[in-house]
Amino acid sequence: MTHTSPVVIASRAADAPTPDVDLVTDLAGVTFPNPIFTASGCAAAGRELAPYLDVAGLGGIVTKSIMLRARAGRPTPRMAETPSGMLNSIGLQGPGIDSFLDNDLPWLHEQGARAVVSIAGSSVDEFGKLAQRLRGRKGVALVEVNISCPNVEDRGQVFACDPKAAAAVISVVRRNADVPVFAKLSPDVTDIVEVAESCVRAGAHGLSLINTLLGLAIDTTTMRPVLAGITGGLSGPAIRPVAVRCIWQVHQALPEVPIIGMGGVRTGLDALEMLLAGASAVSVGTAVFNDPGAPARILRELAEALAHRGVEHVSDVVGLAHRAPEQLVPEGADPLGDEPSVEQESSSLGQRERTVSFDHEETR
Amino acid sequence: MPVQVRGEVLSLRRVGAYHAMTIVAPGIAEHTRPGHFVAVAVGGEETAMLLRRAFSIYDVSERGVFGGTVEFVFSVNGKGTAWLAGRHPHDPIDVVGPLGRPFSLPRDPARCLLVGGGYGTAPLFMLGRALAQRGCRIDFALGASTEDRLFGALEAKRMATSLAVTTDDGSSGEKGLVSDVLPDLMERNRVEVVYACGPMGMLRAVNDIASDFEIPCQVAVEESMACGIGVCMTCVLPVVGDDGDTRMVRSCIEGPVFQGDRIRWADLGSVPSDTVGAAQDSGTR
Repeated sequence: MTHTSPVVIASRAADAPTPDVDLVTDLAGVTFPNPIFTASGCAAAGRELAPYLDVAGLGGIVTKSIMLRARAGRPTPRMAETPSGMLNSIGLQGPGIDSFLDNDLPWLHEQGARAVVSIAGSSVDEFGKLAQRLRGRKGVALVEVNISCPNVEDRGQVFACDPKAAAAVISVVRRNADVPVFAKLSPDVTDIVEVAESCVRAGAHGLSLINTLLGLAIDTTTMRPVLAGITGGLSGPAIRPVAVRCIWQVHQALPEVPIIGMGGVRTGLDALEMLLAGASAVSVGTAVFNDPGAPARILRELAEALAHRGVEHVSDVVGLAHRAPEQLVPEGADPLGDEPSVEQESSSLGQRERTVSFDHEETR
Repeated sequence: MPVQVRGEVLSLRRVGAYHAMTIVAPGIAEHTRPGHFVAVAVGGEETAMLLRRAFSIYDVSERGVFGGTVEFVFSVNGKGTAWLAGRHPHDPIDVVGPLGRPFSLPRDPARCLLVGGGYGTAPLFMLGRALAQRGCRIDFALGASTEDRLFGALEAKRMATSLAVTTDDGSSGEKGLVSDVLPDLMERNRVEVVYACGPMGMLRAVNDIASDFEIPCQVAVEESMACGIGVCMTCVLPVVGDDGDTRMVRSCIEGPVFQGDRIRWADLGSVPSDTVGAAQDSGTR
């Protein structure tokens, strides 16, 4: 009987050494060992993922959005599976910042993880207070300002839908924070570049692109919306092209502003696509629900994909799709398809040598 | 500590209207206790179905010919479970477990009534064996809509001092709901502890009866989950904590087993206005 042994794939020991590619990523002067992060709302505050991956082995842990006070969130059902994605209507449930500072942040720091703390307020003032509370706390690498959660009662509360409101939040966070500030933007706007520029003018050091898209699913048996909250945020691979488009547009307009890209990343090649569009780091969100070890796997896959392409420094590919002439792609390799075969790889070795001499100033 | 295992299907069999799947998945059996569950990825690596399906663990074996196995029971009611029902031996399958908080067992021998609805009965057999090992008396009450949706009646009969069966259509046992026969069973068997697993409506009815008799009742809830590991926040329900405060708690982390009297049954599907962190203006949005 031919019986292949099943493999326990998620233990720290299974996080195989990555190929020899320099994965170090800089975001507004903060250095991360690699560009793969968790995504806000998809990893709690990191601890729940500890059985499946080494939280310190990822570039950063982006926390679920922290609010000033405990919040119960929206009623159930809060979730609907959709093709290559899901709708969620959680409504920012969480215990509030006191509990985060007492329990979760110290734990992340003890593990050696770099926390990217997502904050969400219902007023400009609350955002400022949250940033203030994070001052001087060990383990906080960045603040990600969630001005784009779609699961609020009033669409007018989505600060990221209005360049002025977005700027007001960012400038108060900037005044209070002692780490770089990233604004997380919504794709549900006519011109994301306008909102991005407004945030940068208000002092954002970087941008996180994108939050979920507002969606709705109707149960054809009950003939009612599936979600108790009626609308929800769409995430997962279904939205990846939207995310890549947003990153592309914003990077093109603001090439000097670092971007954390997120939206449907499931594989190392998906992450590479976002880097090529202009992201300096990539958050893995909904894929975690499917595969709790996904961020660690994607990191390995990305390192392998970069090695296959003869890339020495991950920073060399940031925004590369905006300028790479066609011949820079190794012969026979589909940049978004399968890995090149060994034959193709060796036949294009000489070419790949030339491929990697990129302009460092331009890629930051 | 749960593990994620890329296991493979050992067997898949029909049990009435249900399917029972056994997966070779080393590392799960050793730590499984009655009431734990597994979260299974469906559709294969490139699937458009991203959410894991959660199933109570029916049985485990630490050492088989192929290493540890875990078995669960499911009903085909969507594309994900239809995919599962189409698997064959040796097909790869990705499973995470054991997950959740298991049933608590009485310290001293007690007279226990195990109540199951449909394939919700599945986790009660590991529980029954654990209770028997502690010298507990076990009585079973199983209910289902029809005979082919009863699960494990024969096994229950072998394990228990008594077995009561109900079906909605009377195709097996007494016609009616399993909760209809409980008061009589509890009195006659002088039941001291109730354990229940099945649909939420049944659990609520069982808990109400246990409350009337003032005996402890543990229920394993069925809330829909996206991840099973505590990160998605979709499987929440209003539960009263030790401090008397109601919180929206994750059934995957703090459950699936709860003390029945801690669940705000009448408020399921809503966020009661006195919940910690509830919106000030309304409890429904």
